[in-house]
Amino acid sequence: MAVLSLRPRPAVRRWLPAVVIAAWLACWPLLNGRDTLPLAGSDLTSLHRWINARWDTIDNSRSGNPFFHYFIGAIRTGLDAAVTFAQALISQPSFGRPVPVLGWLGVVAVATAIAFLYANLRMALLTAASFVAFGVLGLWQQSMDTLSITLVAVTCSLAIGIPLGIWAGVSDRFDRVVTPVLDIMQTMPTFVYLAPLTLFFLIGPASATIATMIYAIPPCIRLTSHGIREVSPATLEASTSLGATEWQSLRKVRLPLAKQAMVVGINQTMMAALSMVTIAALIDSPGLGQTVYQTLQKMDIGTAFNGGLALVIMAIMLDRVTSAASRRVERTRRAGRLRSSAYRRWKRPAALTVAAVLCYLSYTYVWAAVFPTLGDTSSYVPRAAAATSAWVQNHLAGFTGALKNLLTYGMLNPFESLLTGTPWWLALVVAVSVAALLVGFRTAAIVAVGLVLLVVLGLWQDSMVTLASTLVATFLVMVLGLFFGVWMGRSDRVDTLLRPLLDAGQTMPAFVYLVPVLGLFGATRFTAIIAAVAYAAPASIKLVAEGIRAVAPAAVEAATSAGSTVGQLIFKVQLPMARRAVTLATSQGLIYVLAMVVVGGMVGAGALGYDVVAGFSQTALRGKGLAAGVSIVVLGLMLDRVMRAVAHRVELAAHGPADRGADGGH
Amino acid sequence: MTEPTLTEPTLRNAESPPVLDVRGLWKVFGPNPGRAVRSTLSSAELKEQTGCVAAVRDVSFAVRPGEVFVVMGLSGSGKSTLVRCLTRLIEPTAGEVLLDGENIGKADARRLRELRRHRLAMVFQNFGLLPHRCVLDNVGYGLEIRGSAKAERYARAREVLELVGLTGFETYYPDQLSGGMQQRVGLARALAVDPEVLLFDEPFSALDPLIRREMQNEVIRLHHEVGKTMVFITHDLSEALKLGDRILIMRDGELVQLGTPDEVVGAPADDYVKDFVSEVPKAQVLTLRWIMRDPRPDEPLDGPELAPDVVIQDAARSVLQADRPIRVVADGKLLGLVTGTEVIETMTSGDQ
Repeated sequence: MAVLSLRPRPAVRRWLPAVVIAAWLACWPLLNGRDTLPLAGSDLTSLHRWINARWDTIDNSRSGNPFFHYFIGAIRTGLDAAVTFAQALISQPSFGRPVPVLGWLGVVAVATAIAFLYANLRMALLTAASFVAFGVLGLWQQSMDTLSITLVAVTCSLAIGIPLGIWAGVSDRFDRVVTPVLDIMQTMPTFVYLAPLTLFFLIGPASATIATMIYAIPPCIRLTSHGIREVSPATLEASTSLGATEWQSLRKVRLPLAKQAMVVGINQTMMAALSMVTIAALIDSPGLGQTVYQTLQKMDIGTAFNGGLALVIMAIMLDRVTSAASRRVERTRRAGRLRSSAYRRWKRPAALTVAAVLCYLSYTYVWAAVFPTLGDTSSYVPRAAAATSAWVQNHLAGFTGALKNLLTYGMLNPFESLLTGTPWWLALVVAVSVAALLVGFRTAAIVAVGLVLLVVLGLWQDSMVTLASTLVATFLVMVLGLFFGVWMGRSDRVDTLLRPLLDAGQTMPAFVYLVPVLGLFGATRFTAIIAAVAYAAPASIKLVAEGIRAVAPAAVEAATSAGSTVGQLIFKVQLPMARRAVTLATSQGLIYVLAMVVVGGMVGAGALGYDVVAGFSQTALRGKGLAAGVSIVVLGLMLDRVMRAVAHRVELAAHGPADRGADGGH
Repeated sequence: MTEPTLTEPTLRNAESPPVLDVRGLWKVFGPNPGRAVRSTLSSAELKEQTGCVAAVRDVSFAVRPGEVFVVMGLSGSGKSTLVRCLTRLIEPTAGEVLLDGENIGKADARRLRELRRHRLAMVFQNFGLLPHRCVLDNVGYGLEIRGSAKAERYARAREVLELVGLTGFETYYPDQLSGGMQQRVGLARALAVDPEVLLFDEPFSALDPLIRREMQNEVIRLHHEVGKTMVFITHDLSEALKLGDRILIMRDGELVQLGTPDEVVGAPADDYVKDFVSEVPKAQVLTLRWIMRDPRPDEPLDGPELAPDVVIQDAARSVLQADRPIRVVADGKLLGLVTGTEVIETMTSGDQ
C-alpha cells in the first residue's frame, strides 16, 4: 500500500485541470453571453413570487397561528421589553420623565466604577473619556441605544452560551454535535440571518437581538469549552485519585481554571455583538448603526464618519476594558489571599459610593441628566471629515482613480465578465471537473450541488458577480497577508509595530470600514472590495505571521548554515513549512471577504448584497431578497467546504505520501 | 553512606496477611480487549493479530503491611498503567485487586470514591497540583472533597506541611515553587488524608539528580516516621535498590522477577535483569550470605563472627583486617566463611 502510493501522480492527471481551464477560456468567446441567466433589478422568478406569497400568508396569519402567537410572540415581546427597559434606564425618556432614569453623569459614573473595579484605573479613565466623547460628538442618545441593545444581547448570549460551553467542555458527544453547528453559524455572513428573522420576529429590537445572539454565542461556547478542555489531564487525574466526584472536579478544578478563558469569551462575545448590532440597523435596530446606515445612503460622508468614530471608540473601550479584566482574573485571586491593604479594602465601597452619589445627581438634576451642549462640538467632526473627503476626492483623484482603474479594468472586469459571460452549464462542468481533478470527488459533488442551487434560486448572474468580487478581494487579501505576514513573522520590530494596528482593525464593527473607503473612492463595486480587503486582511496577516513564527527555529538555523539566501529561506523553508497557516489564512480571508462584499451591496457593489438590502426596503422584493440571502449562504458554505478540502489535501501532502484515491473532503 | 536498611520490618511482617493483593491483573488497550486476555502471543504478534496492546499481562503480587514495594521497568513496560489499575484510574481488563481482602474491582462508584478518599493516595510524576490553589488549599484538597470543615482541614494541612518541611510556604502557588518543593506538596497532599497505602508514580523522575536524592531520603524518613505501606514506581534501578524492600521488575507488561534487592542483583532471573543490574556496585547491595563458602579442611574456625545480612561493603574493613577467615553465623549456627579474597573479588568485579 505504502509502496503503491509513493508512485508520482500520472503526468496526464497533473495537467488535466490546466487543460480544462484552457478549454474553458477557448470556448468563452464563442459561447459568451449564452445561457447566463440574467435577472434585472425588479424582475422576479416564480420561486421569488412563491416566497412572497408564503410570506404574505405568514404575515396575515400571524395573530391567529398559535405557534406565532404564543411561542414566537412571547420571545419577541420578552426581548422587546428587555431592550426597552435597558433604553429606559440609560437612553430614552421613560416612566413619565422627560429624560432616562440615569442621565449622562450617572452612566459615566457607573461605567467608570465598573471599569475601575474589574479592570484598573487606566481603563476607568479610558471609559470615562469614551463616554464623554459620545456626548461631545453629539451622539449620546444613539450611543446609549447601541449600548442598551448590545448589553441585552450579550447578557442573553452569555446566559445561553456559558452553560452550553460547559456542557460541550465536559461531554465529548455534545461537543461533536455542537461544533459543526457553530462552524455554520460562524461561516454564514452576518447579513443573511436578518431576512429570515424578520419573517418570524418582524423588524425591530427583538430581531436585532436574536441576530446578534446568533453571531455572538459561538465564540462564548467555543472559548468556555476550550477553557474547560484545556485543564491538564494530570491535574484532573490527581483530583479523581483523591476521590473527587465529577461534579467536585468540575466545580473545584475545571471551572476555576477555565475562568480566564471564559472572560476572554465574554470579550469576544461583546465585540461580535457590537459588530452585529450595528449591521442590524438594516432591520431597524436603534442606535449608531442607524446613524451610519442612513447617512451612508445619502452619501453624507461627514455624518457617517461621526457615527463611525463613535462606534470605533465604543469598540476600543469595550475591548480594552474586558481584555484588562481577563488579565486581572488571575492576579486578583492571588492578591486577595496574600494581602489586604487599606487601599484594597476601601476601593470597592469608595468607588460605589461615588458612583451612587453621581447617579443620584443625574437622576435629580437636568444638568447631570442631559449632556450639555458646549458650543458647537458635535458638528466639528462631520465638517472636518466631509472637508477631508472632498479634498481627497478633488486632489488625490489622480492617485485613487488610477488605483481604482488598475484594479477594476486590470482584474475585476475581465474576471467578472469571464464568470458572468460563461453559460451556467459550462461553468458547472468546468468547476466540477477542476474540483474533481484537484481535490476529490466528494468536493466536486459539493460544488455541483452548490452551483445547481444557485441556478434554482434564480440569481445566477448576481451570484457570479459576487463570486468574482469575492475572489478578487481574497486574492488581494492574500497578497497583503503573505507580504506583511512574512515580514511580521521574520521581524520582531515589524511585529511590535503592526500588531496593535491589526488588533484594533479586528475589533472594529464591519460597518465602520465602509465609511472611510467610501470617502476615498465614492460608491462603486471597487469600494466594497477595498472595504472587504481592509476588513479581512488583519486576520490573514496575523495567521500567516503566526505560521512563519511557528516554523522550527532549528530548521531555519540549519537552512541558514547551509548558506541559503533570505529569498531561499522564505520560499524553500519558511513558507512551505507554514503552508497550513497559509491555507487557514486564505479560508478565513475568504469568509471575511464574502461577509463584507455583501455588506458592500449598500454602497454600489450591487449583486447579491444589493438584492438583500432591497428585500428589506421593498415588500415586492422580499422573496428575492431571501433567495439572495440563501444564495450567499450557499456560496459561503461551498467556498468554505472547498477550502477545507484543499487544506486537508495540503496537510496530507505535507505529512508524507497520501492515498491518491481518497477524497480530500470529510 | 549507610542508609537505614529496611529489611527488618519485611521479615517481621512476612507472615501477616497482605495489604494489597494483586491477582492475575491484565490491562489491554485496543478494540475488544477481552479477547486478548490470557493470550500467550508476544506483544508484536498480539498487535498484528488483534490490534490490541497488552500494557499489563497477568501480573500477580502481594504487598505486605509497612513494606516499600517497588515496581521497576523501562518506559513502556506498563508500570504506570499497573499502578493506575490499583485504584482504577485505569480500569483493569481482567484480574483482581484486593485491599485488605476487599475486591476493589467490585466496588461501585461511591465505594471506590470512599476507598480513594480514605485508604489509597497517589503521588504523581508531574505532581498533579491544582495551579489555581495555594499550597495550603492544595494539601487540603483531599480533605475538602470528603467534606471536612475548613478549620479542621487547614490544621491537618499545616501539620502535614510541617512533616514535609514546607512550613512557611502555605500561601505560595505551585508555579512559585521549585520542582522538588512542588513534589513535597504532592506528597503532603497524599499524606494529609492519612491513607493506608501510598502509591508513587515515578514521583522523582522530573527532578534533577541532587533533589531526587534528597527526596528519596525524605521518603525513607517519612516511611520511618509514619510507617505507611508504599507502592513505588520507578525506572531508576538505583532508586529501586535504595528504597525497595522488594522489587518487581516488569518488561513488556510482564513480571520478570520479584525479589529483595540483593536477590535481584545476586541472582538475576534472566539476561534482561542481568543486563539491568550489571552496572550496580555489588558490594553495596549484596550481603555476606551471597559470598560465603564452606570452610576448607585446613582453615581455622576461630575468626570474628558476622551476621549473614551484613552488606559486603560494610563488612569489608573487618574482613580485610582480620588475620583469620570471618565466620558467618546466624542463631549460633555456622553458615560459612568469608575471607578477603571473596570480598576483593566482589568489590573489583564489574560484569560477571
